[in-house]
Amino acid sequence: MSSPDLEAHVRGTSRYIDDMADPAGMLHAAAVTSPSPHAELRAIDAAPARALPGVVAVLTAADIPGLNQIGGIIQDEELFATSTVHFIGQPVAVVVAETFHQARLGARACVLDLEELTAIFDAREAAAAGELITASRTLDTGDVDAAWADCDVVVEGRADTAGQEHLYLETQAALAIPEEGGRIKVWSSTQAPTAVQRITARVLGLPMNLVEVEVTRLGGAFGGKEDQATPWAVMAALAAQRTGRPVRLTLNRHEDMVCTGKRHPYSSDFKLGLKNDGAIVAYEVHLWQNAGAAADLSPAILERSLFHATGAYFVPNARIHAASCRTNLIPFTAFRGFGAPQAMFVMEAAIDRAAEVMGLSRSEIQAKNLLSEGDEFPYGMRVKRSRARRSFNEAAGRFDLAAVENEIAEHNATHAVVKRGAAAMPVCFGISFTNAVLNQAGALVHVYTDGSVNVSTGAIEMGQGVNAKILAVASAALGVPRERIRIENTTTRTIANTSPTAASSGADLNGSAAGLACRAIADRLRSVAAERLDTPFDRLSIADGVVLADGEPTGLEWNELVWNAYTKRVNLSAHAHYATPGIWYDKETEQGEPFAYHVFGTAILEVTVDCLRGTSTVDRVRMVHDGGRSLAPAVDLGQLEGGLVQGLGWMTMEELVFHQGRNLSDTLSTYKIPDLLGTPVIEGHFLDDADNPKAVMQSKAIGEPPFMYGIGVYFALLDALRAFRPDRKGVYDAPLTPEKALMFLHGDR
Amino acid sequence: MSRLISFVLNASTVTFDVPAGRPLLDVIRGDADLKGTKHACREGDCGSCVVLVGEPTGGAVRYRAVTSCLMPVAAASGCHIITIEGLDPGRIGPLQRPFVDEGASQCGFCTPGFLVSLAGHLLNCTTWDVGPAFNSLAGNICRCTGYASIQRATARILGTLRHRVDLDEPRFAALVREGFLPSVLRGARALALGLEPSTDTHGVDRPVAGGTDLYVQRPDDFSFADVALVPTRRGGIRIEGGEIVFAGSATAEDMKRSRELAAELGDMTGAMDLMGSLPIRERATIAGNFVNASPIGDMTAMFMALDAELELVGDGGRRALPLRSFYLGYKNLDLRPGELIDSIRIKRRPGLLFNFEKVSKRTHLDIASVNTAAALRLENGVIVEAGLSAGGVAPVPLALVGTEALLIGRSPDAETAWAAAHSAAAEAKPIDDVRGSAVYKRLLLRQLVLAHFQVIFGLADELVEVPA
Ligand SMILES: Cc1cc2nc3c(=O)[nH]c(=O)nc-3n(C[C@H](O)[C@H](O)[C@H](O)COP(=O)(O)OP(=O)(O)OC[C@H]3O[C@@H](n4cnc5c(N)ncnc54)[C@H](O)[C@@H]3O)c2cc1C
Ligand code: FES
Ligand code: FES
Repeated sequence: MSSPDLEAHVRGTSRYIDDMADPAGMLHAAAVTSPSPHAELRAIDAAPARALPGVVAVLTAADIPGLNQIGGIIQDEELFATSTVHFIGQPVAVVVAETFHQARLGARACVLDLEELTAIFDAREAAAAGELITASRTLDTGDVDAAWADCDVVVEGRADTAGQEHLYLETQAALAIPEEGGRIKVWSSTQAPTAVQRITARVLGLPMNLVEVEVTRLGGAFGGKEDQATPWAVMAALAAQRTGRPVRLTLNRHEDMVCTGKRHPYSSDFKLGLKNDGAIVAYEVHLWQNAGAAADLSPAILERSLFHATGAYFVPNARIHAASCRTNLIPFTAFRGFGAPQAMFVMEAAIDRAAEVMGLSRSEIQAKNLLSEGDEFPYGMRVKRSRARRSFNEAAGRFDLAAVENEIAEHNATHAVVKRGAAAMPVCFGISFTNAVLNQAGALVHVYTDGSVNVSTGAIEMGQGVNAKILAVASAALGVPRERIRIENTTTRTIANTSPTAASSGADLNGSAAGLACRAIADRLRSVAAERLDTPFDRLSIADGVVLADGEPTGLEWNELVWNAYTKRVNLSAHAHYATPGIWYDKETEQGEPFAYHVFGTAILEVTVDCLRGTSTVDRVRMVHDGGRSLAPAVDLGQLEGGLVQGLGWMTMEELVFHQGRNLSDTLSTYKIPDLLGTPVIEGHFLDDADNPKAVMQSKAIGEPPFMYGIGVYFALLDALRAFRPDRKGVYDAPLTPEKALMFLHGDR
Repeated sequence: MSRLISFVLNASTVTFDVPAGRPLLDVIRGDADLKGTKHACREGDCGSCVVLVGEPTGGAVRYRAVTSCLMPVAAASGCHIITIEGLDPGRIGPLQRPFVDEGASQCGFCTPGFLVSLAGHLLNCTTWDVGPAFNSLAGNICRCTGYASIQRATARILGTLRHRVDLDEPRFAALVREGFLPSVLRGARALALGLEPSTDTHGVDRPVAGGTDLYVQRPDDFSFADVALVPTRRGGIRIEGGEIVFAGSATAEDMKRSRELAAELGDMTGAMDLMGSLPIRERATIAGNFVNASPIGDMTAMFMALDAELELVGDGGRRALPLRSFYLGYKNLDLRPGELIDSIRIKRRPGLLFNFEKVSKRTHLDIASVNTAAALRLENGVIVEAGLSAGGVAPVPLALVGTEALLIGRSPDAETAWAAAHSAAAEAKPIDDVRGSAVYKRLLLRQLVLAHFQVIFGLADELVEVPA
């Protein structure tokens, strides 16, 4: 079952915001942004911009009728900087002009009077200087201090991961249209229409009911349009309100790469204690998250790092410290995995270091410590339906990990220049927003008198196939073929107070709500049918557009039934609300049940390194993934493959280069993401009979977990490098670029 | 200043009164209001904007996939332009069906570019194997799918065509017959054959060849500008007596495909595939690569090692100049105002051994951290002629003259390789930048010089420095 959008995509008829026809009188907006990472902003001279042809207005904080504040979790971020700028690319004003080009010329013409201040770019330095976004947090389980004495081996080390650019192909875009009565309509490429609505209302000084935010689809997001779409939409709305004309704000790629947040860089110190047989006894880790200049979603991301610090393993004694550090870089933000990948990389690094020291294979230690049923996570929850061991064993068996490892050892013993490596990467990922409040969703379903159906939810389609899944749920719940159902655009007018489509939970939450609404209508229709057919309600069902009695067709068809219900003045619309049951978390005690369930899986990755040139290829990645009972197998396979490849990119070639706070990798020619020719042979297998009573129709969320399979590639590469340089110890500093590989192979130390 | 520019757009002839320099992309999305063609970078690096440009040549039309963000609309004059709308049969056809079934599109933003690139491949390919097809998609970036589904869909399409279309039959008609191209395009192709290209942009002194350097991220500078097109529809690569002669406007793809060149230097496919992507190579000219004067120009490095000579034509007439004397300093050239590179010559040297090495963060469609070319000739087992160049290690493309001298008279063994590698590293003067640290680039050059010996002379294990 493919996404209903696909047919439009392949014909070139799908419309994204920048493809929408310009409304009459439309203007273009461009932001004036800070060229300095940290400076006192003494004055903005907009006169040169105002004098340019086509420039209609230059708006600064002084033009904001409401609050100059876009912060979500913490209100620490101005829409337009006033007294101080905190990072390069921070907006200080917006120029509105007749054309895209004129708006940019205007933005360039504004003169900022800046007095440079000292800036911090490093997370550890920021922490040392007390620059924290929120108080740091610690999860503590067992008795770590006492446990070290029980260990046969204790290893320590440092691990770093760099940030990552989302590189959604559609850049940030918004189109705001002033309507009568002061109302503003905003088309935004956002994962979080309610956030855009709330903040637009806050900044424009309007009640939320005068702001409507609508979304058709996004050209990719991956977390990069959860919070980061908001300022651009708000600027467009402000400009529309101030000028009384429609305003379009689309970032070009360079602006997008310079001005929007990315995956957080993390730096970490780890200490891991094990028994001689490889059993993990204790783990202590310090995670320094580089949050950038404002909170954005960093505290929530830090929380997910805490929860995933022990990966797919059971660690009886663990202490996890995490600090969100304020620096003068772009506010880093959500990106597939949401802090979990950074923490899981550290755990894998610790295991690698232990394997190195103990002379064991990494996969032995991994296999020994995987989560078993009922094992407790450091946050107090016990794992249920753990498929960590099952998926690892199935992967190791199906793909014959032992044979792969032997074959590689043999190859490396007989080849001097070309070395190979392999790694297993087990994943365990918790599903639900860690902020329990967000785990709710609404749906509105209308059945029209011709039998066609519209389903609206708060879910945003961004390529992840959520519409296909909601369609599957609605079709099953109503008993009508998918062709009769349309999944509507997402708008705050239809579904209010939505959670962002994020945390892999879009289909779980919105699909559940849609299912409830559809079932409510189906029940009403069954009552109508019961009366009409004079058959007890319980014996009736609807499937594939036909009313069945005890499973046999009755001759009564959907269209007729719907019309019949209408004439009997039965309500053919339903709204439903879903809230994930049973989840809670107490931040005081750092204990709770933050997740509805966990997703498991294991990947086996193989690589080859050319030790003359320091270049490498990822040859093959094979995965066994716990996908529950899939609502849309083609969609889930696509998520598995796409997530993996993003993870591979993060670990290998995607290198964000900052120099004095300036992003030097700010174009597609300087920031490289995986391409088709570099794609390994990928094989994805889903676990059979993997039920999941915790989600809609026994399905499982899939968006984020596959990303973390990519982490394995780092360790596979490291193995190949060490095969060439057995005298060198592993370093844990991702991404492992050709430069780092060559320095490892041939550089001086 | 705007000009009347006519071309066939999908099924019908169109004429726009637009500045000659406006990117074709903007004419398609703006002036022609066709929004299926996307853009995600405007620097040739994503492929979202790929369209087919069909150029009438001698009664036939040759279609090439190009990035419309980098192409001046004037260069489309008299051509047949096909966009994703032009490929749309109004339903899900056999080109589109496998993409739907395999889930080869998620957010959809990259999809038009992939399908247009693939259609370009189907129009030109000489085999139904997947390898070259995948290569033709190397200029298309997708952030969602991880490409596996796109590979599967592509393989299915090729599998279908393998059984239905004979490689020798006229391809355009065959693809129309099989439903891979809408039949209206057949008439449009005929219309294009009747059009006269009008690229008379006399009196403008801003020469654009492929535009793949000039247009990068500068749509604003060209949207309202007049430009002069360096004539690109003639020339190519030919043998003239003792020389191989390249038109300045010969493209990287011309180099890749030239049989004459392969006969002299060996198969160039592998080397040229490391440069840009197919849509870039189709437009990227050799002269443009030289004049752009990037210290890491790939073709520049190749021609440096081959000790090419430029033939420059300007108001003052013709003059010849060794490429090695062309670069005076960073982006400073011995090129007089109004002068054009008309052609490039290299001497034919039977037995010349040529190799090109390049390392970048991503193997394909990436700019080198360091590149280097070697052109060596042996007599009686010793090196008698040596050309060696390096890019990315100095403000200008570098001929490693010291190392070249060192090589003469030596036998091509591991000892020589190491001596050359150390010498090359010593000649390099790299700086730290986004493509790597200076230390790395120096080390990399050393290794790539060793790699020349690995490739050319089959040395391998001997080149591995046994770690202390
Ligand atoms: C996505 C992308 C990837 C790329 N990858 C690579 C790569 O891997 N390796 C690499 O080397 N390059 C690469 N390039 C750079 C570029 O493609 C090449 O340098 C190309 O050869 C430039 O040729 P052009 O015809 O497009 O030049 P244009 O952009 O048309 O012109 C460049 C300069 O040359 C001048 N010029 C053009 N023709 C003549 C002439 N006959 N006489 C005098 N002056 C002339 C122009 O006035 C201009 O100053 C890439 C570019 C892009 C956009
Ligand atoms: S817009 Fe990216 S290649 Fe043209
Ligand atoms: S489908 Fe989203 S970029 Fe390819």
